[in-house]
Amino acid sequence: MASVLRFRKLCYVESAVKCTSVGYESFEIDEKLDEKEEDVLSANNFALEINKKRKLPKRQPKEWRCLDSCCWIIGYLCTTWWLLLFCYHCLPVTLLRVPELPGPGVRLKREGLTALHPVVLVPGIVTGGLELWEGRPCADGLFRKRLWGGGSFTQIFKRPLCLLEHLSLHYETGLDPQGIRVRAVPGLVGADYFAPGYFVWAVLIENLAKIGYEGKNLHMAAYDWRLSFQNTEIRDHALTRLKSKIELMYISNGYKKVVAVPHSMGVIYFLHFLKWVETPPPMGGGGGPGWCAKHIKAVMNIGPAFLGVPKAVSNLFSAEGKDVSYIRAMAPGVFDSEILGLQTFERVMRMARTWDSIVSLLPKGGEVIWGNMDRSPEEGHVCDFSKKSHSKTSLTTNNVNNSDVKRGFLVKDLANYGRIISFGKPASVLHSSKLPTADSKEFSRTSTSENFNNFSCGEAWTEYDEMSRQSIQNVAADKAYTTTTLLDLLRFVAPKMMRRAEAHFSHGIAENLDDPKYNHYKYWSNPLETKLSDAPDMEIYCMYGVGIPTERSYVYKLSPNSRCKSIPYQIDNSVHGEDGSCLKGGVYFADGDESVPVLSAGFMCAKGWRGRTRFNPSGIATYIREYRHKPPTSLMEGRGIESGSHVDIMGNFALIEDIMRVAAGATGDEIGGDQIHSDIIKMSERINLGL
Amino acid sequence: MSSLRRRKPINESSDSKHNEEEEDEDHDDVDADGDDDVNGKNKKTPSKIKKKRGEKPPKQPKWSCMDTCCWFIGCICIIWWLLLFLYNAMPASFPQYVTEAITGPLPDPPGVKLKKEGLEAKHPVVFVPGIVTGGLELWEGRECAEGLFRKRLWGGTFGEVYKRPLCWVEHMSLDNETGLDPCGIRVRPVSGLVAADYFAPGYFVWAVLIANLARIGYEDKTMYMAAYDWRLSFQNTEVRDQTLSRIKSNIELLVATNGGRKVVVIPHSMGVLYFLHFMKWVEAPAPMGGGGGPDWCSKHIKAVVNIGGPFLGVPKAIAGLFSAEAKDIAVARALAPGFLDNDIFQFQTLQHVMRMSRTWDSTMSMIPRGGNTIWGGLDLSPEEGNSCAKKREKKNETQIADQAGSENAVCKAKSANYGRIISFGKDVAEAPSSDIERIDFRGAIKGHSAANTTCRDVWTEYHDMGFAGIKAVAEYKTYTADSLVDLLHFVAPKMMARGTAHFSYGVADNLDDPQYKHYKYWSNPLETRLPNAPDMEIYSLYGVGLPTERAYVYKLSPHAECSIPFKIDTSADDEDTCLRDGVYSVDGDETVPVLSAGFMCAKGWRGKTRFNPSGIRTYIREYNHLPPANLLEGRGTLSGAHVDIMGNFALIEDVIRIAAGASGEELGGDQVYSKIFNWSEKINLRLDEEIPVHSSR
Repeated sequence: MASVLRFRKLCYVESAVKCTSVGYESFEIDEKLDEKEEDVLSANNFALEINKKRKLPKRQPKEWRCLDSCCWIIGYLCTTWWLLLFCYHCLPVTLLRVPELPGPGVRLKREGLTALHPVVLVPGIVTGGLELWEGRPCADGLFRKRLWGGGSFTQIFKRPLCLLEHLSLHYETGLDPQGIRVRAVPGLVGADYFAPGYFVWAVLIENLAKIGYEGKNLHMAAYDWRLSFQNTEIRDHALTRLKSKIELMYISNGYKKVVAVPHSMGVIYFLHFLKWVETPPPMGGGGGPGWCAKHIKAVMNIGPAFLGVPKAVSNLFSAEGKDVSYIRAMAPGVFDSEILGLQTFERVMRMARTWDSIVSLLPKGGEVIWGNMDRSPEEGHVCDFSKKSHSKTSLTTNNVNNSDVKRGFLVKDLANYGRIISFGKPASVLHSSKLPTADSKEFSRTSTSENFNNFSCGEAWTEYDEMSRQSIQNVAADKAYTTTTLLDLLRFVAPKMMRRAEAHFSHGIAENLDDPKYNHYKYWSNPLETKLSDAPDMEIYCMYGVGIPTERSYVYKLSPNSRCKSIPYQIDNSVHGEDGSCLKGGVYFADGDESVPVLSAGFMCAKGWRGRTRFNPSGIATYIREYRHKPPTSLMEGRGIESGSHVDIMGNFALIEDIMRVAAGATGDEIGGDQIHSDIIKMSERINLGL
Repeated sequence: MSSLRRRKPINESSDSKHNEEEEDEDHDDVDADGDDDVNGKNKKTPSKIKKKRGEKPPKQPKWSCMDTCCWFIGCICIIWWLLLFLYNAMPASFPQYVTEAITGPLPDPPGVKLKKEGLEAKHPVVFVPGIVTGGLELWEGRECAEGLFRKRLWGGTFGEVYKRPLCWVEHMSLDNETGLDPCGIRVRPVSGLVAADYFAPGYFVWAVLIANLARIGYEDKTMYMAAYDWRLSFQNTEVRDQTLSRIKSNIELLVATNGGRKVVVIPHSMGVLYFLHFMKWVEAPAPMGGGGGPDWCSKHIKAVVNIGGPFLGVPKAIAGLFSAEAKDIAVARALAPGFLDNDIFQFQTLQHVMRMSRTWDSTMSMIPRGGNTIWGGLDLSPEEGNSCAKKREKKNETQIADQAGSENAVCKAKSANYGRIISFGKDVAEAPSSDIERIDFRGAIKGHSAANTTCRDVWTEYHDMGFAGIKAVAEYKTYTADSLVDLLHFVAPKMMARGTAHFSYGVADNLDDPQYKHYKYWSNPLETRLPNAPDMEIYSLYGVGLPTERAYVYKLSPHAECSIPFKIDTSADDEDTCLRDGVYSVDGDETVPVLSAGFMCAKGWRGKTRFNPSGIRTYIREYNHLPPANLLEGRGTLSGAHVDIMGNFALIEDVIRIAAGASGEELGGDQVYSKIFNWSEKINLRLDEEIPVHSSR
C-alpha cells in the first residue's frame, strides 16, 4: 500500500511538472495514470515512469497550436536578441565607438589651455529638471523622481492629469499649490540632458572637462524655471545659493573671477541676479556695489532672449507656441489625440499660464523695439533663408515654405512684423489707416457675469471661460495688435495671470533710469529698464545662431468650434504668403535661431549696451558672436556640430571653443571680437532709442 | 533564409498532423515541405528518433531540443511581459495594500507619524556619508574608460566592474606615493543628495531617512549631502577638491537662509571621523585650517548625530589592509563574489583589490586607535568576560545561519583574548601570554623576492618582503593594537608612510603640546579636543546585538608565491570563545564594535574631560538589532546592522525629533542595551587635564 501511495505522489509531482509546460493536459494524464495504476499494482515504479515518459512526447505534437507557435517564435526572437545583445556587450568597447570628431576640448587641450576661471552654467526655461518632494496621493511613489526633464517622460503618459496638476503652480500666488512641492534638480544632472540622448549642456560640460574642469570649478545654477525670478529666491533661496556658490568658487580657485554661461531665459535670470546681488537686503542680496566687478569676468549669453520672444505670445494666447510648451512636442500622441484632445490644450494652457516665467519672455520694449503697425526694424527682410543656408535636409517644421523659394527680389507684401497678432491676413497686410484703431480702453468685461457655460463643462477652466462670446469677438474685431497693445490684450483675456505676473516683470522702456521706482525687482530682468552694474572689466557676450526662420508675428482667427472650454483663438495656419514672403502657416518669420529673433538676441549687445550708454554706464565691453546655422551633414553627426538652433547650438563646436577660450582666460578681442552674419547692426540702427 | 524556412514548415507540418486524422488529403506542397523538414530533423537527431521509433510513425514531426527551448523561452518571455505589464499598470499603492493584507496594517513611517504630531522642519540637516557608500564618477580617464565620462564608477550598478575589471581597478586606484590622483585620471565624488541615497539600485543608504525628513517639510534648501571622495585622506579632500571649504560654505549658507537656525549634522560610519576632522579644521587658522574662528562650531552646529561611528577604528580595517579579507571594507568582493572569488580569476583579483584599497588613505583612518589602552593588551581587554550567550537571549531563531552558529554557542567562563587582534594559530590566541614565544619582527631583514618578475603586473608590497620577512611576521605570533601599527609599517612601509602623514592612532598625553595642531591628529578623538561649543550636543547612535569582528586568527597562506602570504584561518572554531571561522566576535553592529562606537560618548567625552573641555553633552542611543520579521519588510525597520540601521524607524524618529528641535533630554537621554558603560570603566584612560600620568603609549 505504501508503495502505491508513493507512486501516486510521484505521479502528481510528475504531472505537476508537466503542467508547467503542457498545461491543461495534466488532467488526462492523471486519468491515464490512474488506470494504469490499477493494472500494474505491483509493478515497480521505475518502469511505469519510463512508460509515462514515453507516452507523453507522443501526445505533444497534437497540442501544437497557434499559441505554441507564437511562443516558439517569441522564444526564437528573444534568444536571438539576447545572443546579439550578449555579443554586443562582449565586444571590446573601442570597436563599437563611432569614430567621433575630436571635439574642441581635445584640440584646445593640445594647444595647452587649462581650466582657469570657474564656470557657472545657468539653464534656460524648460530645460531644467524638476523633481517631486511632496505630492498628492496620485503621485505616490514618485518621491524625488523627476517629473520634468532628465529621465524619460513616462510618467506623463502614465498619469497625465496627475502630472499636470503637480507641475502647475498656484494661480493666484505663482508659488506652490497646497500640499505639492516640486523642486529643481540640483547639480549638473539638473540640465545636462533634457531627455535621454537629447543633450543640453552635456557636450559643453564634456569639453570643459577635457581641459580640467570638474565639480569644484563648474557649477550648474539650477533653479525652478516655472517661478518668477524673485520667487526663486523667496521660496528656494536660489539667488542666495548662487551668490554663495560664486563666492566660494572665486575663493577656492585662487581668486579667479567666474565666467557665467547663461542660456535662453537663463540670460534674463542672470541679469536679474546681477542686479539682485548688488541691491541691499531685504530685496536684494546685499553684495554691495562692487560685487559683480569683483566676482565676474564675463557673461557669455547663449541664445539670449533679452527683449523677449514672440513665441511666448502665442503660447500664452493660445497655447500654440512650439517649443516653449515642450510638452506637446514631447508627447504629441497623447496631447493631440482625438480622445484626450478635448481638453489637453486647455490643460496645458492653464498649466503654462500658472508659470510666471513665461511672462518674462513676452516682448519687451514695446513699439520702439518691435515696430508699430507699419514699421519694424526688420523691414525689408527677405525670407530667402533656404537659398543661403538651408539645405533640404533641414528638419525644422516651419521652413517647409522656404524650401522652394524663388530669388529674393522685391516682394510685394512685405511683412508688417510690428503687428504681432493680426486677425485675418488682410489685417496683417493692409495699411494701418485702413484698420480700425485698436484702443485698449474699449476692452470691457461688462458681460463677464453672463458667463453661461462655466458649470456645464469639465474642470479645465482657463480664463477664457470667464469671457463672453461678445468680448471674444470684440478682441478679434480689433484686427491687429502691436507689442504695446498686445500687453493690453493679454491683460484683457487673462487678467489674473497678468496681474500676478506683472508684479514680477515689466516690459517697457525706462525714460529716466534714476527714477527710484526702478529699484524694484520687477525691472531687474528687463535690460531696457535697468542699468548694468558698475564693472568696467566685465565682458558681455551675445552668442546666438542665425539663419533659421524664427516666429516673429502671427495671423490669428477665431476658433471654429465654439465648444465649451475650448480656446477661442487659434493660429490661422491656412494663410500663406506668396513665394518669397515670410508668411507661412499663419506665422511671419524673421531671422533668428528658431526661437529667439536676432533682434531680441543681439540688440542689447549691438546697440543698447555698446559703448557707454545710459543702460551701461560703466562701459562694459560687449561682443556679438553669431553662428550661422548649418544642418548636420550626416546622421552620424546627430544634432549637428554647426547647428545654430536655439538648443542645438549648445553642441556647436565653434561656440564651445569660444566659451572655452574665454574660460581659459582669453578676452573678447582675443577670440576675434564681433562675428556678425545677420543684419543686426542695420536693424539696430533703425531702432530709435535714446541712449 | 534557411532558418525562416525551417521555422514555418514545422508549424505547418505539425498542423497538418492534426488534419491527417480527419482529412487525409493535404496540400501537396505543404506535405512536401513537412517531409523535407522531417528528413532534415531525422538527420540531425537520429538518436532521439531511435528511441521513439517503437511507438511513433516515422513521419511524425518532432520537437527538437532547440524548439522546446525556444518554446519554453517564449512562454517565459510572454509571462514575464504580462507580469511586467500588470506591474506597470497597477496602482502604485498596490504593493503596500498587499503587504498590509498579509501582515496587518504597517506602522506609519516615522515621518508620517511625527508629522501628525505636528513636527515641522526646523534645523537644516547635513549628511556626511561614510566610506564606500558615496558614489564616484569619472571626469577624466585613460583610453580604456572611453565613454564613461560622468558615469558612476562606484555606486549604481557596478556594470563596469564586470565589463572592464582591470580598467576599473586602474581608475579607482590612487597614486601609490601621493595618495592623490594618478596622472591623467580624475575620479570625483558625485555631488548632491544622489551621491549616497542609494548605494546600488534598491540598496538604500540615506534614502529612507531623506524620505522621512521630507515628510515633515525638508527639501533641497534645508538638506545638504556633504559628499566627499572617501578614498582620500581627509585633509587631501580639501587639498584636491576644496571639499571642506565647500562644506563650510554650505553650512554657513544653510544657517543664513534658514533664519539663523543651526544645522544638525548626521555623519555615518567614517563620516563621523571626517566630520570630527572638519570641526577641527574649520576652527583652525588658514592655511592649514578653514579660518572660521574659535566659535564657528558653536555658532553653526546644534548637534552632531553620529550613526555607527567608528570613533576608535574598527578591527575589520586591519583584516582589510593585512589580507584584503574584511567583508565590507572591500565591498567590491562582496558585490562580485562570483567573479572576484572565482577560481580562474582568484589568482590575481584579491591582489588587485588589495593593491587598490591600499592606495586609499581613508582605509587607514579606520585602523584601531588608542592602542592597548583601549583595545586591550595580551591578556586583558575591556570586553573581557563578554559571553556570546548574551546575544542568544535577545535573538530569535530566524537569525541567519552563519551568525546563529556563533551565538548559539553557550559560552562558559573561558573568555577570548580580544586584545590579541591578530594571532597566528588558534593555540596562540588562547594561550596565556607567558607561554608565547615571540620573536620580534621589527628588525627582521626582508629577503629579496624573485616573485616580482614572475607575478606579472600585480604588485603588492608583500613581494618586497621575501620569505624571511613573512616568516618573521608569523613568528611574532600575536599582535595587540599597539604592535599592529608596527606590523603594518613592516609589511606595507610605503602605504603606512603615506598614511601616517594623515592619521595618527595614539592617545595624547598632553593636548596642549603644539604638535597636536597638525591636521593628522584631527580625526583621532583621543588626540584632539572637541571645539568650544557648550550648547552643542553629540549623539552616538548605533546598533547592537550583532556579532562583530574583533580579533582574528591568521595562518600562513599555503602558496606564498604571487599571492597574499597571510590569510584568516577559517578552520579555527571555538564555541566557547566566540571564535568562528578564525574570527573572534563581540557585540556591535556587524562592522563597528560597541567599544569603538560608544566609548567616547560613554566616557571619553562625558562631562568635562580633557578631550571635551567645554563640556559638550553626549548621549548614547543604542538600537537592538531585530532581523526583519518577513521578506516583505526588506532590510528591516528594526535592524541594527551598520548600514541597514539607516532604515531603523526608531533611529529615524530620533533623528527627526532632533532636527525638529528636540534636545537630548527630550529624546530620553541615554538608551543603552550593551555593556558599554561596564567596558568603558575598565579602560584606564586619564580624562583629567591636570594630573600627568604616563599612558601606555
